[in-house]
Order: sequence, then C-alpha cells, then structure tokens
Amino acid sequence: MSETIKVNGSDHLMPADARVSLLDFLRHYVGLTGTKKGCDHGQCGACTVLVDGVRINSCLTLAAMHGQQEVTTIEGLGTPDAPSDLQKAFLEHDGFQCGYCTPGQICSATALLDEIRAEWPSDASDDLNAPSLSDEEIRERMSGNLCRCGAYANILAAIRQVAETGA
Amino acid sequence: MRPFDYIRPTDAADAAERISGAGVKAIAGGTNLLDLMKLQVETPKVLVDVGRLDMASIAEDGAGLRIGALVTNTNTANHARVRADYAVLARTILAGATQQLRNKATTGGNLCQRTRCTYFTNTDQPCNKRKPGSGCGAIGGVARLHAILGASDQCIATYPGDMAVAMAALDAKVHLTGGATGERTVPVRDFHNLPGQTPWQENVLETGEIITAVTLPPPVRARQIYRKVRERSSYAFALVSVAAIIAKEGGKIARADLAFGGLAHKPWHDPRLSELLVGETPSPALFEKVADTLLDSADARGGSDFKIPLARRTLIAVLTEATEDQL
Repeated sequence: MSETIKVNGSDHLMPADARVSLLDFLRHYVGLTGTKKGCDHGQCGACTVLVDGVRINSCLTLAAMHGQQEVTTIEGLGTPDAPSDLQKAFLEHDGFQCGYCTPGQICSATALLDEIRAEWPSDASDDLNAPSLSDEEIRERMSGNLCRCGAYANILAAIRQVAETGA
Repeated sequence: MRPFDYIRPTDAADAAERISGAGVKAIAGGTNLLDLMKLQVETPKVLVDVGRLDMASIAEDGAGLRIGALVTNTNTANHARVRADYAVLARTILAGATQQLRNKATTGGNLCQRTRCTYFTNTDQPCNKRKPGSGCGAIGGVARLHAILGASDQCIATYPGDMAVAMAALDAKVHLTGGATGERTVPVRDFHNLPGQTPWQENVLETGEIITAVTLPPPVRARQIYRKVRERSSYAFALVSVAAIIAKEGGKIARADLAFGGLAHKPWHDPRLSELLVGETPSPALFEKVADTLLDSADARGGSDFKIPLARRTLIAVLTEATEDQL
C-alpha cells in the first residue's frame, strides 16, 4: 500500500524516487505549476507552500517526508472566480510586476496573518510577547520571499490592508 | 542529487542502529542537508528520516527546560517559558533564517548545521573539511566571512548558526544516545570542535550517535541580549554576534555569561571574560579590557580583518546596553 500526500484536498500517490522534492512533486507529478522554482535552495521563497497550515520552502524538503500530510498551494487558496482576500489585495495594490514570486508571496502572507493572530514573535518584535503590525514587522516576516522586480512597497500595502480590514 | 535509499526508523534506538553504517545520514528538517545534497557536497547512500520520532516536545526539567531534538526553531522561539525566561534563546532563533526555514529547522539539526564557507559548498574548490587533504581555498582566497579565533592552517570556516550561541551563553547541555558509551550529556560549549588538523570532525557526535534533546539550566534574573551584526537587516548570517546574560547587584556585575557567533568554528565562549567582569563596577575601561582579552589571539588572515574591530565594538556596545539601565 503506497503512501499518499493530500494536495488541496485531493490524495496523490507518493513518487517512487525518494529524490523528488516536494516542489518537483507538486509541479511535475500533481501538475500544479503555480508553485514556482526560483533558486531551489531556500533563498528566494518562490516555492513557499503550506504543510498542515505551516509555511515552508517546498524545494528544501522531500515529498517522501510528507506522507499523510496536507499541502496547500496557491491553487488551493483561491481561484480566478473566487480569489482569497490576499489574492484580491495583491491585484488591487499591484503587488507584483512579472508575477513569478507572487504565489510564494501570497502563500507566505497567508501564513503570516495566522502567525500574527497567534502572536508569534519575530526579530522585529520589541516585546516578544506582544508582536505589533508595524511595517517593520511585516517586512521582517516576509524576508524569506524575494521579489526581483521590487514590488515590495505594494506587497506590503496588500498585506497591511488584509491584516487591518480582513479583506 | 545522487540516488539514495530513504528509511523511516521506528524509534531513537532503531534510528541510532540504522545511522551507524558508512554513507548513512540522518535527516530531520532537511533544510541544510538537502541544500548540500543538491550541490553534491553531501552524497549519502541512505537517508534515515528521524523527523517523526517522539522527540518534538518541550517539557519542564526541574526548574529548567528540556527541548526535544525535533522541536522546530519556531516552536522553541514561540514557547511561553522560552520567551519569558530564556529571551536570549528566542532572540537568537528569531534573528536567524526566515519563518519558512525556522518552521522546518530542528534543534538537533541546527546544532549540526554546516559552515557556509563558499569553498566548502563549491565542489570545484579545495576544502579540507569536504575533502580531507585537498587544502583550504579560503586561506589566501576570498575569505571575508571567516574565523578570527581558534582557526588552523587547515580550515578557517565558521559555524554559522545563531541558536547555539544563546545555548552556549546559557550553558545548556546536549543529550546524546546511540554511541559507544550509551546515553551521555555534553555541554553545548563543548559540542562543537575547533578545526585543528581534522576540520571534517565538526562536533563530538560519534558514529551512530544522535541528539535527543537540549536541556536549559534553571533561569536567572538577568538582562538577556542578542546583538547580531550582518550585511542585510534580515536573512543573513552573522558577521559578528554576541549573546549576553548579565546581572548587576549593588552597582556591580553579579553575573556575566557571554558567547559569540561568526568568530570561530564553534559558538565562542571564553571563561576569562566572566572572571574579568563579575564583581566589578561597569566602566568603559573594564569593557575595553574584556574586549582585549577576547581578541588577544585574534588572527583574521587578511580578508576578515574588519571583524576584529567589529567584534570589539559589538561586545562593548552589548556590555554597555546590558549594564547602563540596571542598578
């Protein structure tokens, strides 16, 4: 009986080759190409996905390490007809130029909002027990997602809007 | 990546048994090991995935705390007791990597994190650590981010992590199992080796031995600071970092535990510094003397020369901050 991984609610068989990264599994085995390969070394964040609700770099983990776990990709967060609040906000604030980093940015920001609600501290938190929603905090928490077009100001505005208004 | 067999052990004893062979590596979070496997710096024949073993909880340990080897960096930094009593540990973890990496990186794996020396990660270059006897490309090469303390003529690489720097300042203990002597405990301060003539032996782990936990001693009422100087404000390794746990009583320093990152092949702890500080009234002259002592054997071999004054200034800034607003 082969192991499976749940991706956006559907079960998929584990690849036979143990070398397959979670990123390559999502793109080449499941056929979900929203998750992007930028550096393939955990430096750019384009491959960010949620595993059991927690954001990770899918390039720096093996599919084999995630049997029975639940992966959420950008395709699982919303659709063109029913985008998530962050997806709408990125459009509204023009939070991208070429768009290559955007799925990773949005997956990362989706987790960031949960982390701030759960009061996880960051390096930018003056008080470890009371993280704030300052621009400095959001930038620090998004430092694992690079945007070589430099859309950072608009990415920040999109995240801030959803954090403050919930939409 | 070279092909390998992937195995999931049933428990810690099974894991220790399975990793005792040649070409076998344990994998937990994988953020460092898989990166190095893609570069073919690491080419294990077998990966033993210890990630689901029962070592992922934090528990009271007397008045101290026991952090399982598989607790993620995120869960350690978020833990209420760590935030309240061991702020320097939370601060070091949060100063490292990114949220995505901290969510995956584990306590045991982070202690075993390998150097970021680019001669080590580039297989076209000589490196005594990666290929014993091949030489050291960093000595006489482009070596801006290298050791200024405790290096050897074989290797000038640094240990890159932050978390272990706080653990060295706290005098935490690493718990090991599966080696020739069975279960044993090693102070974090003694866990990593200096390079000497065997730079590939980065720590005291024996063949087949795995880390099960790190224990923190009972907390102390003290000012806890981590100052990390780096080339970007986020997601960069330390050029120089200082973890400090400093208490004052009656105007004098009652306790001073210091450890340093970015300076050596291990988190650097020099017992002479506490001896100089404890019982003294804080003053710029005292702090200068402490910095002189820390750096009395410093040798930067050219490229990392800037780290010597940087370490001096960072240490003095931290000592000043830690003592100026305590009575």
